[in-house]
Amino acid sequence: MEREGVKMPHPDPKKYMNPYLAGVFLGFVLIAAFYFSGRGPGASGAPKRVTAGVVAVVAPKHADHSAYYSKYVHSENGPWKSWLNFEILGVIIGGFISGALSGRLKIKVEHSPKITSRKRLFWALTGGILFEYGASMARGCTSGAALSGMAVWATGGFVTMLAIFGGAYLFAYFFRKLWI
Amino acid sequence: MGPLVPQGIISPEWDFIIALVIGIGFGFILEGAGFSSSRNLVGLFYGYDFVVLRVFFTGGATAAAGILLMDYFGWIDIGQLYVQPTYWGAAIVGGLIMGLGFVTGGFCPGTSFAAASIGKMDALMFVVGTFLGAFLFGETYPLIQNFVNSGYEGGIKIYDSLGMSRGLFTFLLILVAVGMFYFVPVIEKKVRKPEY
Repeated sequence: MEREGVKMPHPDPKKYMNPYLAGVFLGFVLIAAFYFSGRGPGASGAPKRVTAGVVAVVAPKHADHSAYYSKYVHSENGPWKSWLNFEILGVIIGGFISGALSGRLKIKVEHSPKITSRKRLFWALTGGILFEYGASMARGCTSGAALSGMAVWATGGFVTMLAIFGGAYLFAYFFRKLWI
Repeated sequence: MGPLVPQGIISPEWDFIIALVIGIGFGFILEGAGFSSSRNLVGLFYGYDFVVLRVFFTGGATAAAGILLMDYFGWIDIGQLYVQPTYWGAAIVGGLIMGLGFVTGGFCPGTSFAAASIGKMDALMFVVGTFLGAFLFGETYPLIQNFVNSGYEGGIKIYDSLGMSRGLFTFLLILVAVGMFYFVPVIEKKVRKPEY
């Protein structure tokens, strides 16, 4: 309720942070992660570990026999108690706080008017599958490999970054109707 | 001197709290910069919005320059920071697959979590996809294992790969970033941003 004389904040929902300011803050977050934990933030590692954890619960023998799942299932703290899982939990909380403060909390399927929301959801699912598959192969995604890799001059990080953005430009033409 | 947890200056139990706080900052910035909208993200690939390039390179260059300075002042030991190992083939092929995932899905894993948190259902579908993708990778791992682990070179550094000093490379990285920041508005002015 708005009381007389008291202006409630009505932030413009379209107003985003200045990108360079956001970038400097992002740099500080990266520095803090390296300063405290000796590593940078990631993202794809969380679904990877959670998936390995679920496989170990549903099909424990299968997980044990897999050279891939067992690496995470039998890691020091197991697949659940991992730095990346806590960090991604934080990403969800931080994103929610920012969205709430800026008036952007809204349940919707965002898509171009030229495609249906069903089509958007199908390609979002497909994109998620592909992205995580590629990230598992490259040992990191845009966060863990490209961004955190850049902060510590990792050759693999720069190579992966160029391949991600180069690949996206390469394939962009074929999927332009999804966006423009 | 940092890094604090790996050197035992802070107890490892704190590492998960630190991870959570780092994540909150990361998610707040991703959402606040507009990365919670796939339309803003893919603008990079169609030329109508380069916000990703601006935030990403400002962030990466700030972090690299900051860590370089902190090492110089003796506040952090670069040698103790985790550097992801380089596997040439996997880095390139995996990156290309991620590029395909980017233009079809409109997010990357980190941004999809931030966008799902404010109610974007397309982002939530992407998140569901990441779990399926991890499962698919786990199931196909025996088939691609040899390729995925080939070309291993350990935690090599880009300035060594290019044969220059760390300081010079970081300086050039900043120059390239600033150069791109001046150049991209030329493209943005020519391409209309779709409204929806």
